[in-house]
Amino acid sequence: MDQDRVCERVPDESAFQENFMSEAFDAKQQQRTLEARVALAVEHAKAKGASACEVGASASQGLEVSVRLGEIDTMELSRDQGIGVTVYFGTRKGSASTSDDSEPSVREAVERACAIAQFTGEDPAAGLADPDRLATEFPDLDLYHPWALSPDEAIALASRCERAGLEVAGIDNSEGASVSSHEGVSVYGNSLGFLQGQRGTRHGFSCVLIARDQVGMQRDYDYSSAREAGQLRDPEEVGRSAAQRALRRLGGRKLATGRYPVLFVPELASGLVGHLLQGIAGGALYRQSSFLCDALGETLFPEWFSLFERPREMRGSASANFDSEGVATRDNRFIDSGRLASYLLSSYSARRLGMSSTGNAGGARNLRISAPLESFEALLAKMSRGVVVTELMGQGVNTVTGDYSRGAAGFWVENGAIQYPVEGFTIAGDLRRMFASLVGIGDDVDRRGNVHSGSWLLEEMMVAG
Amino acid sequence: MNISAIDAPLAPDDVRSLITQASDALLAPGGLDLESLDQALGHALGPGIDFAELFFQRSWRETWALEDGEVKDAGFHIDGGVGVRSLCGEKTGFAYSNQITAQALAKTGHTASSIARDGGRAVQVEARASVFEPRYAAIDPFAGLEAAEKVALLKEADRIARACDPAVSQVSVSLGAVYDIVMVRASDGTLAADVRPLVRFNVSVIAARGGRRERGSAGGGGRFSISELRDRNVAERYAREAVRQALVNLEAVDAPAGELPVVLAGGWPGVLLHEAVGHGLEGDFNRKGSSAFSGRIGERVAAPGVTVVDDGTLAGLRGSLSVDDEGTPSACTPLIEDGRLTGYMQDKLNARLMGMSPTGNGRRESYAHLPMPRMTNTYMLAGQHRPEEIIESVERGLYAVSFSGGQVDITSGKFVFAASEAYLIENGRITAPVKGATLIGSGPEAMGRISMIGDDMMLDEGIGVCGKEGQSVPVGVGQPTLKLDAITVGGTQV
Repeated sequence: MDQDRVCERVPDESAFQENFMSEAFDAKQQQRTLEARVALAVEHAKAKGASACEVGASASQGLEVSVRLGEIDTMELSRDQGIGVTVYFGTRKGSASTSDDSEPSVREAVERACAIAQFTGEDPAAGLADPDRLATEFPDLDLYHPWALSPDEAIALASRCERAGLEVAGIDNSEGASVSSHEGVSVYGNSLGFLQGQRGTRHGFSCVLIARDQVGMQRDYDYSSAREAGQLRDPEEVGRSAAQRALRRLGGRKLATGRYPVLFVPELASGLVGHLLQGIAGGALYRQSSFLCDALGETLFPEWFSLFERPREMRGSASANFDSEGVATRDNRFIDSGRLASYLLSSYSARRLGMSSTGNAGGARNLRISAPLESFEALLAKMSRGVVVTELMGQGVNTVTGDYSRGAAGFWVENGAIQYPVEGFTIAGDLRRMFASLVGIGDDVDRRGNVHSGSWLLEEMMVAG
Repeated sequence: MNISAIDAPLAPDDVRSLITQASDALLAPGGLDLESLDQALGHALGPGIDFAELFFQRSWRETWALEDGEVKDAGFHIDGGVGVRSLCGEKTGFAYSNQITAQALAKTGHTASSIARDGGRAVQVEARASVFEPRYAAIDPFAGLEAAEKVALLKEADRIARACDPAVSQVSVSLGAVYDIVMVRASDGTLAADVRPLVRFNVSVIAARGGRRERGSAGGGGRFSISELRDRNVAERYAREAVRQALVNLEAVDAPAGELPVVLAGGWPGVLLHEAVGHGLEGDFNRKGSSAFSGRIGERVAAPGVTVVDDGTLAGLRGSLSVDDEGTPSACTPLIEDGRLTGYMQDKLNARLMGMSPTGNGRRESYAHLPMPRMTNTYMLAGQHRPEEIIESVERGLYAVSFSGGQVDITSGKFVFAASEAYLIENGRITAPVKGATLIGSGPEAMGRISMIGDDMMLDEGIGVCGKEGQSVPVGVGQPTLKLDAITVGGTQV
């Protein structure tokens, strides 16, 4: 033991703050560094004989503070970086990645990718995006809004959020409230001369509370998330809402097995859009492993429903000028008046299907729905008798067949009004039939994530209690 | 280098050699040695800090993927760094760096320790090597098989799967291996190192017939080398199993809906235990009082005859650990004995706050994540009944053989697990295969409805990944064939 040495150091009163500030993330500088590394990797791959190369790199920093029952629980400073290299020797491919973006490590990664490419097979569809599809315009999408949040301020915000929830009668315990602020840079470059970066921020808070009655406990949460701190919801409102959500679940009853209309609340309706997107993703289609193989042009939804993406929306949560292989993003319409109008394709999956890229390498961005919207009350009235689902559990969605069976919790509706909470039941059906049986969409749109959607009312599903 | 710390009379040779191996791989490249860690710990042990810990890691991961009969992608991935944690009572300060240097240790140490600003600090204890028994060989799992042999292994699985049945239209095969070296040094004197190989082989097929398309998949692995994986004949076994499953599903009829008796096969269906009781018995949830099992030690939480353990000591299994990520040797921890709740799974923080002992369940996804109580291999011990006798006892019910996974809400106790291969039982006989369906129940209630336990305890093949608070770790499950008198089955037919 060497206690003297330990005592020598007289730490600063606010060491975390100082360290955090002194290491403030200089996004512009980070972007320049990453661009240099990407360029180095591309050059090194060419020098090693690769016929083509593409490189993605990212760096991010975040502060996350959580408070539980009024005391600090954890305070975490994260700083992540990574660089991923893909090399092509003709139609053979190899890849490598490293979390160390120093020059020697980047060179090593390139050499590893080149070495491994000697053992992969020929793949005529492999390669970079077609040069004429690469993005050429890079408007500022207003995605970067750093938040000068000190740890003390973060603690104060999290405490306010949790306290407001704990003050609600019936709330008996907490899993805590947390506040986080992240900023990051990502850069993509390839041997066609494309080299572009993008900066972004994401801030948020969340709260998880526990309500108790004689029978048991129920837990629920709420959160807020935005690119700019000023657009976050009031922390107290988030805390109170988490409390209400936990309380309303107390006294959950069982359901009688039967076929009923089912309403998915907005945060779950966006999951249904997610299953659709999985089904029309190029990778699932060329592998013949989708319930929507060869469905292009078919009517999947009612004619009043359309689904499209707005990848260049200002401040959008998933906005970008180019996809993960440099292809310019564009406003795709996936469902047009109920009909499947476009798949979701990268250059590779497009080649496999004999089509062309839709600018969706890495997924779809900022999904929006066009439909006549109704109030939540109007949807309940339309349903008359059935189930509102507020929580889904488990992985019971088979996107090869479209079979759907998941655990659920929510509320029983009778005479067009919510009667009592229900839990411990499953809902089951078939995704195609579920899409076709969509009878209404709510105006209660959740704008926090990649998919903006209101509630979805489906005409009928099998409910087992 | 000060090796007195690891010259402790108790430290066996293999523990010492692990520390040397880890020190060479993790510390030496950044100009550090074991002795320099005392000073590094000092940075993380500021005023008010009662425990500080450094966790070093470097991982090399290799992946190979075959599609359309060709290996179309292969990759090599390197990650590593140090995570520094400072505790003050229930408070945790955490920072990490992907550089393992004296400068990075000072910076992350100061950041982590600023969670507290005044008060006494823990006395830093001289390093004592943790003593434990290795549960797998300290090897690089890639070694021993040339790249061309790996390609051949993938192609063999593809060839066998396609030859099994003309209905097979797509075959995907993947091979992955991780070589992970970790070292932990903490202010309580902990010094431990581990070298953890992990390999995984997987076959997934699509079978199409008469306008229907179904997937089947099979895989497995554990903490051993790729050459051992090949010697276990995985290409043929998993190819045949994946095709069998896809063909069964092509015949599947709609599953029933409602409460039914369900017989679960042995092995991987043990995901039941992982969800229904495992998570609810993790120390953090119980310290916070947020688990449906909180404060119930000694109470009856399952039917008589039900004994469930979490066991990280099983040789070479995917969920096994020689020593956990906090330097605590892994153990076999009884959770439920003859139906009564007997123990929780603990890491250091939650054990200390609950006045219990750590159980070797302190795990983290990587140096960039905080440790917490996690499962290793969770399984139920065998009972007396023959599997046939259990099935014969059911007049109308479900026989579930394979699952795609599960989830639990530890507060309400509600859990689900999704069957991916299941059959109807009619008059004591297995009849038609049914489509996948989710099963939902409440932990203590479902465990109370276990009425028959088979004599065929089996562990899974080594495919489990457990996610908690955004962190993934490899785990195992197991159980004998067992019967649940009633559970809700989420099919589509009344």
